[in-house]
Amino acid sequence: MGYDGAMAVERRVDTVMVDQRAGAFSRRSIKTDSKAAGLRLAISMLDLTTLEGKDSPEKVRSLCRKAMRPYAGDLAPPVPRVAAVCVYPSHVRTAARMLAGSGVHVASVATGFPSGQYPLDVRLRDVSAAIEAGADEIDMVINRGAFLAGRTTEVAEEIRQVWQACEGAHLKIILETGELETYQNIRKASDLAIEAVASTGVLRDGEVFIKTSTGKISPAATMPVTLVMLEAIRDHFLSTGVRIGMKPAGGIKTAKQALHYLVMVKETLGEEWLTPDLFRFGASSLTNDLLRQLLKILTGHYMAMHDFSEA
Amino acid sequence: MTSVDSQSSGPAGWDYSPAPERTRVPIKDEYGLFIDGAFRAPKSRRRFETINPATEEVLSRVSEAGPADVDAAVEAAKAAGPGWARLKPAERAKFLFRLARRIQERSRELAVLETMDGGKPIKESRDVALPLVAQHFFYHAGWADKLSYAFPGRTPKPVGVCGQIIPWNFPLLMAAWKLAPALACGNTCVLKPAETTSLTALHLAEILQEIELPPGVVNIVTGAGETGAAIVDHPDVKKVAFTGSTEVGKHLARSVAGTGKKLTLELGGKSPNIVFADAAIDQAVEGIVSSIWFNQGHVCCAGSRLFVQESIADEVIDKLAHRMRSLRVGDPLDKNTDVGAINSSTQLKTIERYIDAGGDEGAILHEVNDQPLPEKGFWCRPCFFTGVQPSHVIAREEIFGPVLSVMTFRTPEEALSRANNTPYGLAAGVWTNTGSKIFEIARKLDAGVVWCNTYNKFDASSPFGGFKESGFGREGGLQGLRAYVRL
Repeated sequence: MGYDGAMAVERRVDTVMVDQRAGAFSRRSIKTDSKAAGLRLAISMLDLTTLEGKDSPEKVRSLCRKAMRPYAGDLAPPVPRVAAVCVYPSHVRTAARMLAGSGVHVASVATGFPSGQYPLDVRLRDVSAAIEAGADEIDMVINRGAFLAGRTTEVAEEIRQVWQACEGAHLKIILETGELETYQNIRKASDLAIEAVASTGVLRDGEVFIKTSTGKISPAATMPVTLVMLEAIRDHFLSTGVRIGMKPAGGIKTAKQALHYLVMVKETLGEEWLTPDLFRFGASSLTNDLLRQLLKILTGHYMAMHDFSEA
Repeated sequence: MTSVDSQSSGPAGWDYSPAPERTRVPIKDEYGLFIDGAFRAPKSRRRFETINPATEEVLSRVSEAGPADVDAAVEAAKAAGPGWARLKPAERAKFLFRLARRIQERSRELAVLETMDGGKPIKESRDVALPLVAQHFFYHAGWADKLSYAFPGRTPKPVGVCGQIIPWNFPLLMAAWKLAPALACGNTCVLKPAETTSLTALHLAEILQEIELPPGVVNIVTGAGETGAAIVDHPDVKKVAFTGSTEVGKHLARSVAGTGKKLTLELGGKSPNIVFADAAIDQAVEGIVSSIWFNQGHVCCAGSRLFVQESIADEVIDKLAHRMRSLRVGDPLDKNTDVGAINSSTQLKTIERYIDAGGDEGAILHEVNDQPLPEKGFWCRPCFFTGVQPSHVIAREEIFGPVLSVMTFRTPEEALSRANNTPYGLAAGVWTNTGSKIFEIARKLDAGVVWCNTYNKFDASSPFGGFKESGFGREGGLQGLRAYVRL
């Protein structure tokens, strides 16, 4: 590519056309075979998540069970397993034990999730502890206070240190877009996060994700916000050939919404990104709606919600 | 399409299944002329076929109005005039409100018909055209009893019988643009749709019957150029409104000269779309897509000349090519189609002639969209040219198809002089994140409409019309009322 990389000039984002483009994806009509394939694909991209103070080992175990076998009934072909289970560091060991050998990844939030308002050494120890307990994916939060105050170098340096602390575990960088508010900020934070990790050396595809939200702040993921982040990922790919992953999290509750996100990824980044290695949904209640819609296609009728197991 | 294997995490293909619009529209085998509130067989005894440009199937046979038919239509409009003009303005408003509501209620049917007869994607008929049609009648219903506020201190009176000739690119929307202000101001109308797209106007006539609009207030006569000429030349027609090609517009201006008839013309364009280096590039690319590939480029204000600042030209062209590949070309009735069929074989030949001319003059054709096209019907893949010089025919003449000419510039002054170097002056687009530059450039562009950081946005309250050979007079908004009143 003959043009400068993403950070050479601050990338401009214009709200009106972002909203217009994002709106267009939800007017695609996904029916029959493509709907069934899309629903299965979406299930395989789920990061099943529980992030509550009252989480118990029992709840984490049932989440893991759900992750490995989302639907208890028999279907041909079987419903795919989900991509990962995402928990607090204190529950990583339980999850890792349950999921060993299943192919489902163990993701842990860390770095003082959700606020990130802790000294850097505490945040880095949080990462190391989660990895020692068996996490192979770390969902970090960026320092929004520093970002909004304009201390972007500090934010980038912290991201670099967290990435180095990951030691081979994959990293998802949560921007907490609900606190950044403007699309311009979201674009700037996306570029900053990607550039920070890329500056440490050559990245492999899917090693690093950018992620919208913690799920603790409203609004969480939206289509336009995700589009702005996908465009940052695309620009990085166009200038380096490296594929960064994307994870919208929070607020995606229906199968229909999930399909619209897949449409957006397909039409913005291309079908190479339609894999759990490069795209994830951070959600939990979404799972059963995906299953319900899939079974509707296969059986012709809607099943009751109690036919599907909770988490 | 491959399904997702439960245990694989590799890339998987995922495409959209066909999603055809299933609403069935009752289309009659043949249609009469709508004169004096009723459908009548043409005195000319001539009919012509109207086809679906996506399948080449004959949809119906439409009447060709001869001079005697046009006489009858104008006579009916003239006879209905005094009664309609005397009606309390609030009552006229009620008819327009009723019309707008009925259009909304039948909007799916009308959208499907618009797509079948004209070739535009159902997505655009349904989400763009029909909502704007309804809005145009709602908006003008509001004006009917407030005209004295539109022209303070004056007493606006109707002009009389309005002869209105509309094009095939937005058949129903152009009918709305013509009829709504005329009716709100107390005039009566003789409307002629384009010969390739008569059907939605004829279904609109059915709606006029349903809402019990007084007979003769709106008459709809179908036919080609001769029918249009008969309307324009009719001595009892007091006002002519035409949307179409500059060539025909010039002819109309000559034939109306000296007759005392009022005239508004909305003609062709070769609108510049200027992208500065400090623009939001991804959004500008979206804007380029909607400026030239919307409605297959059959848009008079299409941004068919793209000027990109030199430093971002490579990036914009790369991204444009990437985005073009995702455009879905094909069956206009499929809800996922982005680019539909070319309206007629005549228009397709014109477009192909221009594409050939572009290559012959040395411009480089980029036809990156490689989707398979249906075997029957009239199709043109969206494409763009680089290496275009301002003297090339593809940079000067209106193509009216999905063909974009890309040029570059270094300085704002250069962008302006190139943008204005055209006989046309209909619309323009400016893309920059710098507010002061928007005002600076927009002020100096010779264009009736300037869109800033967006393109092809329409609203009933916003006047639309051109300068230079793009015509004169405005449609929509307060300004659009002026052509339909005597002060």
